[in-house]
Amino acid sequence: MSAVADTHTQEHHHGPARGFTRWLLTTNHKDIGTMYLVFSFTMFLLGGSMAMVIRAELFQPGLQIVQPEFFNQMTTMHGLIMVFGAVMPAFVGLANWMIPMMIGAPDMALPRMNNWSFWLLPCAFLILVSTLFMKGGAPNFGWTFYAPLSTTYGPPSTTFFIFAIHIMGISSIMGAINVIATILNLRAPGMTLMKMPLFVWTWLITAFLLIAVMPVLAGVVTMMLMDINFGTSFFDASGGGDPVLFQHVFWFFGHPEVYIMILPAFGAVSHIIPAFSRKPLFGYASMVYAVGAIALLSFVVWAHHMFTVGIPIAGQLFFMYATMLIAVPTGVKVFNWVATMFRGSLSFETPMLFAVAFVILFTIGGFSGLMLAIAPSDFQYHDTYFVVAHFHYVLVPGAIFGIFASAYFWLPKWTGHMYDETLGKTHFWLSFIGMNLAFFPMHFLGLAGMPRRIPDYALQFADFNMVSSIGAFTFGATQLLFLFIVIKCIRGGKEAPAKPWEGAEGLEWTLPSPAPYHTFETPPEVK
Amino acid sequence: MRVHAKRAGALLGGLMFPAWSQADWTLNMRPGVTGISNDIFSLHMTILWICVAIGVVVFGVMFWSIFAHRKSQGHKASNFHENTVVEILWTIIPFVILVIMAIPATATLINMYDTTESDVNIRITGYQWKWQYQYVDDNFGYFSNLATPPDQISNREDKGEHYLLEVDNPLIVPVGKKIRFLVTSNDVIHSWWVPEFGVKKDAIPGYINETWAKVDEPGIYRGQCTELCGKNHGFMPIVVKAVPQPEYAAWVSDQKAAAEKERELTQKDWTMEELVARGEKVYQTTCAACHQPDGSGSPPAFPALIGSPVATGELAGHIDVVFNGRAGTAMQAFGKQLSEVDLAAVITYERNAWGNNMGDMVTPKQILDYKKQQQ
Repeated sequence: MSAVADTHTQEHHHGPARGFTRWLLTTNHKDIGTMYLVFSFTMFLLGGSMAMVIRAELFQPGLQIVQPEFFNQMTTMHGLIMVFGAVMPAFVGLANWMIPMMIGAPDMALPRMNNWSFWLLPCAFLILVSTLFMKGGAPNFGWTFYAPLSTTYGPPSTTFFIFAIHIMGISSIMGAINVIATILNLRAPGMTLMKMPLFVWTWLITAFLLIAVMPVLAGVVTMMLMDINFGTSFFDASGGGDPVLFQHVFWFFGHPEVYIMILPAFGAVSHIIPAFSRKPLFGYASMVYAVGAIALLSFVVWAHHMFTVGIPIAGQLFFMYATMLIAVPTGVKVFNWVATMFRGSLSFETPMLFAVAFVILFTIGGFSGLMLAIAPSDFQYHDTYFVVAHFHYVLVPGAIFGIFASAYFWLPKWTGHMYDETLGKTHFWLSFIGMNLAFFPMHFLGLAGMPRRIPDYALQFADFNMVSSIGAFTFGATQLLFLFIVIKCIRGGKEAPAKPWEGAEGLEWTLPSPAPYHTFETPPEVK
Repeated sequence: MRVHAKRAGALLGGLMFPAWSQADWTLNMRPGVTGISNDIFSLHMTILWICVAIGVVVFGVMFWSIFAHRKSQGHKASNFHENTVVEILWTIIPFVILVIMAIPATATLINMYDTTESDVNIRITGYQWKWQYQYVDDNFGYFSNLATPPDQISNREDKGEHYLLEVDNPLIVPVGKKIRFLVTSNDVIHSWWVPEFGVKKDAIPGYINETWAKVDEPGIYRGQCTELCGKNHGFMPIVVKAVPQPEYAAWVSDQKAAAEKERELTQKDWTMEELVARGEKVYQTTCAACHQPDGSGSPPAFPALIGSPVATGELAGHIDVVFNGRAGTAMQAFGKQLSEVDLAAVITYERNAWGNNMGDMVTPKQILDYKKQQQ
């Protein structure tokens, strides 16, 4: 118990402050982690309600609920909010909560910056969401904001969108610096790099990716800002600029970005599957190398998003081969997870259900990714619903199920109570059914020829769109159940022991539940 | 009361069975009607089956564990956590599979990029929100617009069989000839896609992308724009009619004659009524998408024309905006898109429609003079 601070004598100046200032001024990693997670879930519901508008409009052919202008604003804002507001902050929240407790550190290395990087986020999203109420409406050019649609032809609110992106970029970079500084400097004595928990490893690599690519995003939006307001022509062909340059720069950010959204989930699942298999993770070292390989390859595959823009054949072949190569380390990870389960002693509590669904459904998303990597076939898949199906399969059951699995896994540690297992399983099964019903038919729609980002469609696409909308409504409504489960768990429930999961490993489980406000003020010894 | 009941019934029926008779549950890609599209289809199927096979093995092992290695069945966990041989094997085997997949993919890609020795050259230009087809060998061209009536889109009318996939002037191509498409754009990025040809190419301002197709069977093939290009992105379909070579040759000579006739129209003396009547048609196909059929626009991006300083200002200024566009806005330069007659007609129409009673007109000859001045 030496790991826990002797709160008896220090209570008067070490407990949390009272009232709103506790949250506004906090430098405590647990408080900041909680704020990130609450913010992320709020954005998840907001972005999700936009998805509901999209699916309601697509329920039937014809324009019923919204006009095409507003439909385009919904698809754009849904994408931006889910990527930058829901998924990324959720992982930063998990990192804040878990990394110090996993490596035996008292807090994050840079606590004041930690506070700032969180509080920038609500500001950025206030600006972004306020564009919905501006003259000319919110950004309507898709989350990829291709020039010149977003520059010469963009609505007046585009400048606010650029400012919002800049602020969230600063927040992400500071978050990443903090993670790296913490992991490299504050590990408990004896915890060498190759003894680090995988969630820590994946976050370390993610943080380097963030530092590498967020400035590129900032660069591309700054060039847009100049084109719109200061008369430059970076992306304007009539002024000697190049619209394709935009896509190269954007996807140089955009492709590592998709791994930023999935690698921490890989890490979390690599904790959960061994815990509920009651067996150590298979191939720890190869897992680390695979994540490193995926991260490196992510820098040399960006043009696979651009197979139809007319890049030369040599480029086309290079990006096709490089993209196919990613299947190798990704495959290694999947094989390792399956081998971990093999001949284990399995039980299926809610975190395990989400983790197993993660492996299966992410692999399906990986298969469609492999199909998309084949450049000639991509000419038929590109910008159709097949792509929509693909990235929702890697992001919803990938990133989001990974986050849910982590939340259920660590909720007892955070709150000191067990969540309601029956409700948790209900949440899982409804999410699982809703998600597959929503996204699996999109493969068929894309192969039948339905382009993405259209508010209305030809009649042969009617049936699967209706099925997909029903699935989306199911999935969306189910997420309110998660809110209820978490609130219920915070307010009470069966008391959680220090280590609620029989097979769980790691320093966080040596702490009592709920984890005290300050932990590991004296570093533990790792053998 | 009965009307309400009927409407409610129709609404309910529509909700329950959306165009049930015409919808189909297509699951897979279609092979198409060009060699390339067939190659793509077989690549697609090969890769799909490889993925299915890998999936069966991986998920098979996983589900076996899920059923057989449960704690509730009393299964005791083993403790193994690495095996170098297995780990090397499952790195090398996928790599070999990938190499096998890359070979046919490379061959198909090289074939797709070979645009040499074409028989027909067609320039495709994307506009917000229509396509222009120019037969560069025969010196004529035309625009292709969505033909679905707005009432079908807003559900005031039953939807037709080819809802949203029908145009006024389809692209006509001969079968059995190598057709080279030169794809570009006038404003934002579009993408020209005909699934049955296996052809999809982005139309990018400042670039001319090349691609090709050789259609095996006569028929009508439909596609859509596949790059988000603004509010009517979902409403700029592509229809290609492939016809036998003799029919194609006859059609081309008709088109050349018609183009010649159109040029002669410029010299005719037009009355204001004739210009307004023609102008209304031009307005509805060319201008109404942004400025709205009733001239009300959708500010701030697309200003109203009713009482606008341009349409009710000096004639020269009005001609200049329509002819040269407005830099930095969505207003395009229509000087090169429309004939002199259509320019004169639409400008005259805008100055005299919706209560813009300017009472003046501009003739095609004046437009021609203006054009010469510009050069």
